[in-house]
Amino acid sequence: MLSRRHVLSLAPAAALLTIVGRAGAAPQRVIAVGGALTELIYELGAQGELVGVDSTSLYPTAATKLPNVGYARTLAAEGLLSLAPTMVVATEEAGPPAVLRQLEAAKVPLHVLRAEHRFEGVLERTKALGDLLGRQQQAAALSQKLQSEWTASRAQVTKLAAGHRAPRVLFVLSNAANQARIAGSATAADAMIGYAAATNALVDAQGYKMLSPEAAIAAAPDVILATTQGLEASGGIDGLLKLPGLAQTPAGQHRRVVVMETMELLGFGPRTPKALTTLAQALHAPAGTGKTA
Amino acid sequence: MSTVGSALPSPITAVPTRRAWSRPMLLTVALLLTVIVAVQFGAVPIAAADWLNGPWSDAPKTGGAHVLWQLRLPRLGLTLAVGAALGLAGALSQALFRNPMAEPSLLGVTSGAAAAVALTLTVFAGMHAVLPAEARLWLLPLVGFGGALAVCFSLDRLSRWLAPGSIAALLLCGLALQAMTFAIVGLCSFLANDEQLRAINFWTLGSLAGANWIMAAVMGGALLVLAAVALRVAPRMNALALGEAAAAHVGIDVDRLRWQCITMVALLSALAVAWCGNIGFIGLMAPHLARQLVGADQRRVLPNAMLAGALLLVVADTFARTLAVPAEIPVGVFSALIGAPWFLFLLRGAVRRMGSA
Repeated sequence: MLSRRHVLSLAPAAALLTIVGRAGAAPQRVIAVGGALTELIYELGAQGELVGVDSTSLYPTAATKLPNVGYARTLAAEGLLSLAPTMVVATEEAGPPAVLRQLEAAKVPLHVLRAEHRFEGVLERTKALGDLLGRQQQAAALSQKLQSEWTASRAQVTKLAAGHRAPRVLFVLSNAANQARIAGSATAADAMIGYAAATNALVDAQGYKMLSPEAAIAAAPDVILATTQGLEASGGIDGLLKLPGLAQTPAGQHRRVVVMETMELLGFGPRTPKALTTLAQALHAPAGTGKTA
Repeated sequence: MSTVGSALPSPITAVPTRRAWSRPMLLTVALLLTVIVAVQFGAVPIAAADWLNGPWSDAPKTGGAHVLWQLRLPRLGLTLAVGAALGLAGALSQALFRNPMAEPSLLGVTSGAAAAVALTLTVFAGMHAVLPAEARLWLLPLVGFGGALAVCFSLDRLSRWLAPGSIAALLLCGLALQAMTFAIVGLCSFLANDEQLRAINFWTLGSLAGANWIMAAVMGGALLVLAAVALRVAPRMNALALGEAAAAHVGIDVDRLRWQCITMVALLSALAVAWCGNIGFIGLMAPHLARQLVGADQRRVLPNAMLAGALLLVVADTFARTLAVPAEIPVGVFSALIGAPWFLFLLRGAVRRMGSA
């Protein structure tokens, strides 16, 4: 029975939360929470179905024009629902849990894709997104392209790394002028340093740790790896080297700082193969060359 | 509910001026208007028909109805209850310590809750795994509640042992406990992995985003009970304003009154912190607003501080929900933005009235 009230209530909130199941591969309304997922959706040519992104989705630039649902860990249920999504794809970071439960209650499917700091993870996420968006063909083609780029990139790394000692690299994540965290094992930065045939100077710590001057000096890195966003926060290379302990390392003395954009370097998205080439070229450059932006 | 008299004879009867008795209406009306506006505002447009399509109705749920009945209204209910609880806790602690700067966080109560939660998230992280998913929802609030009560209990024992009956000693014990709980949170932050660290941060920032009907009902019910108790002791709180010795001379059991107040403050702040984390400034601001409007008689200050707390938090949360749609800004940002300038303004008035305080 369609009561008058029911018809009335359908009108204003029309596109919201379709509770009926979706048939086939009708166009979706997708919210992507996680920069790497947004990039993959663009690579799959599905950006037309993207109705919202989170604050880490800074690439491609077109994505920044979309409604921004804020920081992945502090999502707002009503804000998400206002975009009338038919699906939310997110990395494991998405939260808070209460808001995810509210999404569930509103019958919006939430797909959490595992974040893995391995290249295979990029391929897995590509396939998963292809399945979700009904773009299996595009996903297969993209996987093939990424795989061949990766193979080429790895071959180049081997060439670049030949004939000299693996450089010791310290990844510094600064978020303010006077504080920073450094990356130990089990981090995206550690994985990328390893793929680039370099050594993470901070081997005996797990995860991100507050920068301690003595630990930085003891790690004796040849190169400091930082992000563009972090460098802005700490006030350029000079500001970064003012962080306690960094100036006294070999990297600090020779001002060897390599800078890359956060998502490109750490996102494990479709830019990862190219990012690896860029990183390896910068890390294995002959001593005396300065920064790479 | 704005002018709740007490059946008990009051030891000191303040002469009610006309101003004092008519102003409470102002707060009630302002709160009602704010609530009406707050319900209208949000990321999702609500149609008139959505109001009739509540949980009891069989009509298919439109998006607007779901948002209104499952997200916006329970959140508003929780906001009102938490705001009122913070306002009442603030008013009680200010009356108790005869210090306009007193706030539950001064007693270390709120940080006690935060420390217990931080420990649960990091050191005892394995505990989550053994609990069924349903219980996990309640774990952190209960733990936070336990932490707040533990601080209160220690406060009681410590201050009795050190300097029985002294409010100054109590306040200093509160500060010492607060330092200790901060150290526990700090240690947990150091031990935490990335994910745990962010969970701790979420808790220390404060948010009303997780609201549902159950939370609103539990919080509202507890608030009503505690408010009833608070209003019963209000006349005796008036006597306390003269100082503890004077209050004792007019026949008031000061020790008992003190612990009634402390326990109420602990329960109120523990409840508020349990689900929403730390929301600053409301407990400090609301009693001032109430005193500006109705004078210093606790029988009127307590209910009006509840109204003011609810009003302030609804305003802050409405900004938090709507300014950055579809994202959300932490509510603590707005409670401080509204609270701090207002507080300075009040301070200026108070200093002028008193010459130099």
